[in-house]
Amino acid sequence: MVPAIVWGMKRIDDIPRAADSAVTVRGLVKHYGETKALDGVDLDVREGTVMGVLGPNGAGKTTLVRILSTLITPDSGQAYVAGYDVVRQPRQLRRVIGLTGQYASVDEKLPGRENLYMIGRLLDLSRRDARARADELLERFSLTEAAKRPASTYSGGMRRRLDLAASMIGRPAVLYLDEPTTGLDPRTRNEVWDEVKRMVGDGVTVLLTTQYMEEAEQLASELTVVDRGKVIANGGIEELKAKVGGRTLRIRPADPLQLRPLAAYLDELGITGLARTTVDTERGAVLVPILSDEQLTAVVGAVTARGITVSAVTTELPSLDEVFLSLTGHRASAPQDPAPAPDDTREEVAV
Amino acid sequence: MSAATTTAPAPALTPDARISPRAHVRHTGALVRRNLLWIRQDPESMFDALLMPVVFTLLFVYVFGGSIGQALGGGQDGYVQYVIPGMIAMMSMTLSQGVGTGFSQDFNSGVMDRFRSLPIGRGSVLFAKIAVEMLRMLFATTVLMIVAVLVGFDIDRWAGLFAAVGLSAVFASSIMWVFITLGVVLKNAQSVQAMGFLVLFPLQFGSSIFAPTQSMPGWLQAFTDYNPLSTLADAARGLMVGGPVAHDLWITLGWSVAITAVMAPVAIHKFRTKT
Repeated sequence: MVPAIVWGMKRIDDIPRAADSAVTVRGLVKHYGETKALDGVDLDVREGTVMGVLGPNGAGKTTLVRILSTLITPDSGQAYVAGYDVVRQPRQLRRVIGLTGQYASVDEKLPGRENLYMIGRLLDLSRRDARARADELLERFSLTEAAKRPASTYSGGMRRRLDLAASMIGRPAVLYLDEPTTGLDPRTRNEVWDEVKRMVGDGVTVLLTTQYMEEAEQLASELTVVDRGKVIANGGIEELKAKVGGRTLRIRPADPLQLRPLAAYLDELGITGLARTTVDTERGAVLVPILSDEQLTAVVGAVTARGITVSAVTTELPSLDEVFLSLTGHRASAPQDPAPAPDDTREEVAV
Repeated sequence: MSAATTTAPAPALTPDARISPRAHVRHTGALVRRNLLWIRQDPESMFDALLMPVVFTLLFVYVFGGSIGQALGGGQDGYVQYVIPGMIAMMSMTLSQGVGTGFSQDFNSGVMDRFRSLPIGRGSVLFAKIAVEMLRMLFATTVLMIVAVLVGFDIDRWAGLFAAVGLSAVFASSIMWVFITLGVVLKNAQSVQAMGFLVLFPLQFGSSIFAPTQSMPGWLQAFTDYNPLSTLADAARGLMVGGPVAHDLWITLGWSVAITAVMAPVAIHKFRTKT
């Protein structure tokens, strides 16, 4: 469904855009002094899909979301959301979007219910409708029990759920989730993911920014990877995963002395298309990049056949750092928070 | 996601670029309610409005009142009649700082981003804040007048009292634009408070609020005579206990208009373009 047509509004069509595009961005530029927060970004999000925007701190993800929610204006370029121009039609645009993220938040001092009621009133619901909608969303996001407590007393997960509920009050056509799980523990993260999946099930179009490959894989169907204000890769998630080498199989032999022999054995074995293994001496594991389930089965089979006792076998998605390394040849730049390079603990195994 | 579930949810309303006056009132109302709920959640936030008039009145009347009153020729009782109208002027200044710190907090907590991404007039956010600070000021003034009567102030001109409170409110509403600007421009609420203190302190004490200016050196008198807080205090004094009013009244109103004319556009511009 194309909301703008239902409402009989004139759409602006001066840029080429797919008919089912909910968000269209062309050549978006935003500079802060010398810093190029966005340096010519193109993006298309189809209606009813989830677009993941993956990138490190300072890549320009939040700047993008802030422009698309009319909080700041771009220096140049164009952006349309549900057919509305972010610069020329900010008021219409604000009616069709929902915003949740690290920066847009609820009022901590107000109880959950009052937060939702207030936003309902600000979205022109009648008193009764605002109350009903608040209760409906509290129920849906399992916050009814906590409805009367100030949001400042909520746990991290409850806060995010309230944030999500707040952004859903206006039944937005496009929802922005700006790093929705940054700073949450793994269990709470799963909880938020489940909620987001339910919202996506209702057909809302989602633009998700994240620093985690795993989050993108969980929620997004398509992915745009950004770095230093530029798009460095985009496409379906499977496509990109193939490009960056898919998963990593981590095998921990029960006997640490078996580490190097095991790695050498796997390298010599010649399983079709299998990349070279690395050894993580610190955590006592052999790391095998895996491109397909067939490879995974073959490697596990080979280890079993060799008669090596293993204490743990896990698969991991590539980290943001690894994604960047394979896409750009350089590490993800995170100026505020320089993460230790994970490769410090690995070394190549000589063949 | 299956094709069957890709229907976008129906929008709550027809998008419309305009915001009707009624909608403005409704939005401002919802935001005023929010600020009032803050007070209910956190009654301590009213402590300044409650305690400041009490503490300042008792302090000035009982610590300085005797000696300044003697100089005035009316003793401590005479000083009470002198200082209470000044306190009304002071209160309007001090409490209007709350607008700035409140804004600063809203920006830093991300609540302001939520508001700014909603289809509401951005003025609603400003007016709601101003309205609530006005209510706080009214509350503080009521407390002040109760304490004033207890320490011996004679209210014999009710109309004058209301006029003085009204004039203070007018002046406060102009000075609020200064604090709104500080709240938008400065990084956090603490800097707003510190900066506000720097502005307020010389204005309050370099004025006729607490003591007559005749004994001050000439250069200071030149400042105090045109300090809007002096003229506001003197006008309030004239209105409440008698004496000349017109001159101070006009200067105060002139200041209010001038400050608003300069600072309101600056504040609104900074507010709109804040990134």
